[in-house]
Amino acid sequence: MIDARGLSCPEPVIRIKKAMASKEKEYEMMVDNQTALENVTRFAQHNGYEVEYTREGADYRLRLYQS
Amino acid sequence: MKTKRELLTILIAGLVIGIIAAGLVIAGNPENMGFCIACFIRDTAGALGVHRAEAVQYIRPEIIGLILGALILALVRKEYAPRGGSSPMTRFVLGFFVMIGCLMFLGCPFRMILRLAGGDWNAIFGLIGFILGILAGVFFLNRGYSLKRTYQHTRLEGAVMPAIQIVLLVLLVAAPSFIFFTEPGVGPGAKHAAIAISLAAGLIVGALAQRTRLCMVGGIRDAVLFREWKLLCGFVAIFAAALVVNAIVGNFHPGFAGQPVAHTDGLWNLLGMLLVGFGSVLLGGCPLRQLVLTGEGNTDSAVTVLGLFMGAAFAHNFSMASSGEGPTFNGKVGVAVGLAVVLVIAIVNTRKKEN
Repeated sequence: MIDARGLSCPEPVIRIKKAMASKEKEYEMMVDNQTALENVTRFAQHNGYEVEYTREGADYRLRLYQS
Repeated sequence: MKTKRELLTILIAGLVIGIIAAGLVIAGNPENMGFCIACFIRDTAGALGVHRAEAVQYIRPEIIGLILGALILALVRKEYAPRGGSSPMTRFVLGFFVMIGCLMFLGCPFRMILRLAGGDWNAIFGLIGFILGILAGVFFLNRGYSLKRTYQHTRLEGAVMPAIQIVLLVLLVAAPSFIFFTEPGVGPGAKHAAIAISLAAGLIVGALAQRTRLCMVGGIRDAVLFREWKLLCGFVAIFAAALVVNAIVGNFHPGFAGQPVAHTDGLWNLLGMLLVGFGSVLLGGCPLRQLVLTGEGNTDSAVTVLGLFMGAAFAHNFSMASSGEGPTFNGKVGVAVGLAVVLVIAIVNTRKKEN
């Protein structure tokens, strides 16, 4: 699980970019702002991942997966 | 398909912002200065008497509008999220030196685009420096640079800086004798659109920038880091729209010499914007973005804006700001010190292993 809560862009995207170097099929990530949610989603989609997210209070829990 | 819609939104927003920026010049703002976050914060600092440069004293309603426009749209979109605590004093210092860089070049990244759209080719040196500065910042981002996380604040804490903007607006309209306003003919501070026009322009652009996350630094940064072009498209759209409007109304004057509120020292234009690009990447956004984030309740950005404000005051009090005649010796020292300080901040906040 990548915890990027409290981090502002581009740091959350850099975190997921580095994690994706291991080319796993699925990642889980937490962010706490709308901009990070949008930017991580866009980056993941460009890199062939689908994205689902749920709200947990003020945070967003994202699931990035390859189908 | 969501990405396509995002792209279309930022293109339209960029065009609208470019037209508004060029329109503000027609309405009375200084040439190639429909918007300049650095210059306008500097003018506001002058109006409050924090510096006494008589040529640049006016409470600029554009700044007030940008913060409040972003605040209003953030409230509507339920994105008003007061937070802060991510190395605020470091951000203050970065904001301070970003302003020193801006006043060496005579403009923030936003005005750099508007200067290019007005045919001021000196800004090409600025753009080269700006890109080099962003690359320097990206180098450290890739190696784990971080100012650490933010924490949630109360709704009131996030509202302090927007509230101050309302006070500034009251002071502008009431114009008590202790507020300084540049006399007509004395300098760019005397050139301004009517208050209502400037305020409306700020509100609209603030809202659009909040909606699209528009950022001059972010555009080049994300293109380099992630091959992500969305923000850069906004940047290009502003340039294109301002260029077209300038050409139509006769405000496009290509060349190097005699450009409005600009000087021709290529090296120092480049170094000034290098400092701005580097510092802004470390801050996470350009001065415009800092205003918008302030409106969203980000107190770190509010502290950064105070750093910009204080940087502007020091720049004029210590003769570090350039003029049409060129950079000053003190300004060159300020930029050199700024580059050294920003480099140290980048190094000490870069850790190979996070957490």
